Amino acid sequence: MLAMDYRGPRRVRIEEKPMPTIQHPRDAIVRVTRSCICGSDLHLYHGMVPDTRVGMTFGHEFCGVVEEVGDDVSNLSKGDRVLVPFNIACGQCHFCKQGLFGNCHESNAQATAVGGIFGYSHTAGGYDGGQAEYVRVPYADFGPTLIPEWMDPDDAVLLTDVVPTGYQAAEMGGIQKGDTVVVFGAGPVGLLAARCAWLFGAGRVIVIDHHEYRLDFARSYCPAEVYDFREIGDPVVFLKKATNGLGADVCIDAVGADASGNGWHTMFGKKLKLEAGSAVPLHWAINSVKKGGVVSIVGVYGPTGNMVPIGNVVNKGITIRANQASVKRLLPRLIDHVKEGRIDPKAIITHRMPLEEVAEAYHLFSSKLDGCIKPVLIPNAA
Amino acid sequence: MRTQSDKADAAAADAHPRIDPATVVGWGVDADPDNDPTWPMRDRSQDDGPGMNWARPPVQDTDVEILQSVEHRRRPAAVGTSTPPAGLSGSVRRQAFRLSESQWGHWLLLILADRINTVEGLFQDIRRGRMPNPLVEMGVVPQSRSREAAAGTVALFAIGVMAGVLLLRRRR
Repeated sequence: MLAMDYRGPRRVRIEEKPMPTIQHPRDAIVRVTRSCICGSDLHLYHGMVPDTRVGMTFGHEFCGVVEEVGDDVSNLSKGDRVLVPFNIACGQCHFCKQGLFGNCHESNAQATAVGGIFGYSHTAGGYDGGQAEYVRVPYADFGPTLIPEWMDPDDAVLLTDVVPTGYQAAEMGGIQKGDTVVVFGAGPVGLLAARCAWLFGAGRVIVIDHHEYRLDFARSYCPAEVYDFREIGDPVVFLKKATNGLGADVCIDAVGADASGNGWHTMFGKKLKLEAGSAVPLHWAINSVKKGGVVSIVGVYGPTGNMVPIGNVVNKGITIRANQASVKRLLPRLIDHVKEGRIDPKAIITHRMPLEEVAEAYHLFSSKLDGCIKPVLIPNAA
Repeated sequence: MRTQSDKADAAAADAHPRIDPATVVGWGVDADPDNDPTWPMRDRSQDDGPGMNWARPPVQDTDVEILQSVEHRRRPAAVGTSTPPAGLSGSVRRQAFRLSESQWGHWLLLILADRINTVEGLFQDIRRGRMPNPLVEMGVVPQSRSREAAAGTVALFAIGVMAGVLLLRRRR
């Protein structure tokens, strides 16, 4: 089968690889029909996540058709159309029982800090991902969700990560009616976080980025007040001024390790890799949220450390909430939002490309070329 | 050599005795379940108490080497079997996994292994008779023009080598 193959920082290619096999009684093999490149895949692509091995297949956002199931999988059968949450979760450990499906304790041998994630380095379990024609899906009796008949596969694939992550970013903000919410990052997750902030009753939604085309999209899609941080001086001072001197009620970091906007963090986080990525949006979020406010983090950082103003977290009495999205927990509500037209996931897809063009797709997405917001890979076998 | 796990075990054996919350005056007197900042991310109604008390899923058998965090008490029931450790990078990764996730050394060794692995990947390609094609792999040249890009890369490499040789000869 054809699959994406990582060769080193900024180098990927399409490769003929062996078909995945059932390795556990709760496994399934899924034929992939749609697979996205996620903004967090770019952290892997840029060589920022430790234990990313040459030869691995990335891809944690995919949907497809069940081809084969293990002996213990009784709720799925060959031919079922499924969307597969990016978290690999057993559904029965201490954390899964609490609904923390992004923190499963039975899916990642290499680290205890994060559960297994498809195609996301060995730090997240060493599972090959879905940027391929076929993929092994562990705990298939728990994770995969049947795609409703009425649902477009382009919507389904975005429900595996982007939409739940954006939604949970807003949910973790504890947004109350009338709150001012600032979202740092107008990438796919930031767009959905801003869109979902309204669902929780935000009174005002502000999006900060530096890519004009993304800000233009955010202005109408979310909708939101949008600002280019290159044009507003110090974003923290700007946001204080924009909120009557107090700061925002909720700030959301939807960027993570690849952030721009500060030479210090770029040098230490991205170039020298002495930080776990560039924590610019987190720095801004802590400093621009109001005293007693909430900072919600869904941007992905590496496992080492970052220089952020933790003293201000104490001095301002900030609550920080963060996690990998618990996709399975949120899916019923999100499917309903899509059905009722409250969220339109597929509107963020700008590029649909054959799987064979995976290297070009990564380049486009990484370099923000051709107005790229969300690229989707479509295998021939789809 | 003592691993991080051994050291942690030794430290745990030497730890202070646990305090029974019930013996603490005033414990839980102000507990308010509605004031739970983790709700609804964490549903405590399903909590099964401290410890690893859950019924385990069946444990996956595997014939490839799986490196395991020293912070795990036991190997998780399902594991990924992609790209097992091999070569020099594999040796570095094994060393990294002697350290806990809390040690910077663990992660820095893994990043070092990743960089070594990139070079190993180039040699692996050449051993298999496949010329590295960085322009296509970086997505700068489309896959459909892969052959031209490979020829161009080889030509550029050859020109670079020849220029280097000429430069060295001139200096002598």
